[in-house]
Amino acid sequence: MEVLRIATSGSVDDGKSTLIGRLLYDTNSIPQDKMEALHAASKRKGLDFTDLSLLTDGLVAEREQGITIDVAHIYFSTPTRKYIIADTPGHIEYTRNMVTGASNAQVSLILIDARKGIVEQTHRHFFIASLLRIPYLVVCVNKMDLVDYSEARFNQIVEDFQQLLASASYKAQEVKFIPISSLYGENVATRTGSINWYQGPTLLDYLEQVSFDQEDSRHPARFPIQSVIRPRTTEYHDFRGFAGKVASGHFNVGDEIISLPSGQKSRIKTIEQFEKQLPAAHARESVVITLEDEIDSSRGNMLVKTDNIPEQRKEITANICWMDQQKLVAGKTYLLQHGINRVKAKVQQINFVIDVTSYQHIEGKNDMGLNDIGSITLKTAQPVFADLYAENPANGAFILIDEFNNTTVAVGTLI
Amino acid sequence: MTHQINWEFPQALEDEAIYILRETAAQFEKPVLLFSGGKDSITLVRLAQKAFYPGKVPFPLLHVDTGHNFPETIEFRDWLVNTLGLDLIVRNVQDSIDQGKVQEETGKYASRNALQTVTLLDAIEEGKFDACIGGARRDEEKARAKERIFSVRDEFGQWNAKMQRPELFDILNGKINIGENVRVFPISNWTELDVWNYIRREKLEIPSIYFAHERDIIERDGLYWPYSTYLNTTADEVPFRQKVRFRTVGDMTCTAAVLSEADKLEDIIAEIMEAKISERGARIDDKRSEAAMEKRKQAGYF
Repeated sequence: MEVLRIATSGSVDDGKSTLIGRLLYDTNSIPQDKMEALHAASKRKGLDFTDLSLLTDGLVAEREQGITIDVAHIYFSTPTRKYIIADTPGHIEYTRNMVTGASNAQVSLILIDARKGIVEQTHRHFFIASLLRIPYLVVCVNKMDLVDYSEARFNQIVEDFQQLLASASYKAQEVKFIPISSLYGENVATRTGSINWYQGPTLLDYLEQVSFDQEDSRHPARFPIQSVIRPRTTEYHDFRGFAGKVASGHFNVGDEIISLPSGQKSRIKTIEQFEKQLPAAHARESVVITLEDEIDSSRGNMLVKTDNIPEQRKEITANICWMDQQKLVAGKTYLLQHGINRVKAKVQQINFVIDVTSYQHIEGKNDMGLNDIGSITLKTAQPVFADLYAENPANGAFILIDEFNNTTVAVGTLI
Repeated sequence: MTHQINWEFPQALEDEAIYILRETAAQFEKPVLLFSGGKDSITLVRLAQKAFYPGKVPFPLLHVDTGHNFPETIEFRDWLVNTLGLDLIVRNVQDSIDQGKVQEETGKYASRNALQTVTLLDAIEEGKFDACIGGARRDEEKARAKERIFSVRDEFGQWNAKMQRPELFDILNGKINIGENVRVFPISNWTELDVWNYIRREKLEIPSIYFAHERDIIERDGLYWPYSTYLNTTADEVPFRQKVRFRTVGDMTCTAAVLSEADKLEDIIAEIMEAKISERGARIDDKRSEAAMEKRKQAGYF
């Protein structure tokens, strides 16, 4: 069964939580006791309808303020797919959470209030989806019930959004526009008959047919070593296996590999998954690889195929999103974690900060604050075996860690 | 709309969990796996076995024994540890009570569920464990939906929802300050059905209380409570014999039974899919208030 990961974004009141509640409700994913709790909570708030948004607005502070403040994960499944929704906030001050939620998504779901059209947050969300190269973008024009299900209004919003698309750097995204009403369930999982002029799929129908992972076979083979397994038992006395998760591409038994950074070559002897021996390992599979020869490799090293070797970089230029209260300062040293490999990295310079609503580059900045997105150049103490994010996203991203308080302060993608 | 049961386990979830366990073993000095004897921690043990095979599981299991466990759970725990050759540490809530660190609750709703937090935190401090691997899932409860995979706790075991580290892509930052520790949740993205399908696929043994069996129960607040010497009952609560099973393994004082005839794993899964109440709905301790779970988490509850 396939797992499809979706990130939802939207502004404060455009009905994101209601939409998710609606998806769960219409796929029969809400157990009766939760449904009863929902009725009761809605009643307590003096509402005369069941507020489906209360299902996902999890934290006490959020329930009080009626807003979503962190990434919440919601699960539902259909007979063919398991869905994971990362519900991320739309406020400007929580951009970092939005980036967090979007970083694992194959589908980005942007909500637009039909009455308001494109707002500043729409730009921000679209920019992040595009920056992270999320392959599918679904634009749900919500609250159609409040604009009398007007086709003209919907078309106007689509047209406005097309202009946004024209300005994007990432063109490979598939974009789908759907007019919906989450409150009444129109075009979410079913049709209620209020929008006759729209012939396209409902949101759920669309999600069910989205195909993904087809790019994987094109990506180069990358295997970051998490640990070396050496049992030293009687039965496995000479066993020496490299445990890890294939980051991208695939490996076959017999493939010639090179270990980075040592440059030593060998061939894959076995690919193992617990007691099973596999002929191949594909992207995102956790396996143990054994080699024909004894080579010197350890955690943080990377096995790659000899036909496509990543550049060993000590200077990195990247787009980053700054995620900490303390500002990024040019000249400061951080820990850079690329996949599982950690190296020291010094910020050489801030190239520019991007205004995410006008897409203008602002140069000459000496620092970056919380939620700023921009380009920086870093120098690393040891080489990093990364690919450009546009060429191989799974091996082209990193985080920065503050050396003193150990918190994650930024995420970056190689450009 | 009735559910069609999908018996297929999404393999991506196992790959992700194994990756997380390997990161935990590599990034921390003294990880420990919190074991309750329930299906989620049994799943964790299987994942750990697979993650390091043919090597040994590189961390011990820690069981906080409230003293109110189902005897079947303890029996199962010891069998599992012996069969797989794992290291097990047991710490008892009774000791915390005897040391005067916690006080036994009174009244008919008395349970030791809240008390075990103190025993757990003491055990973490004593063992100098910097990473505690747990079987919590985000689908269980609203507050858990926001939990990170590596969730940093302060010295007092407290979780601060607003101060969580962002987790990007599959990159896990396990660096912590002195005194802090991390709760690790490898099966965060699994649902209850995923866990059951995994147990089925892997042919794992589980404690017998998950299957329908005859037991003395009482009815209270519309729920079926297992009758035991630990449960404070009132005069009008008369135990009666009933065929039931349990959907989660907790204490005998705070885990409700469901009426069931399901004695095979497939029947259990089918029953869950048709179930009218969600899993934690059978945990009496969560019902105390809407924000019960979040409050307990702030206090260091697992």
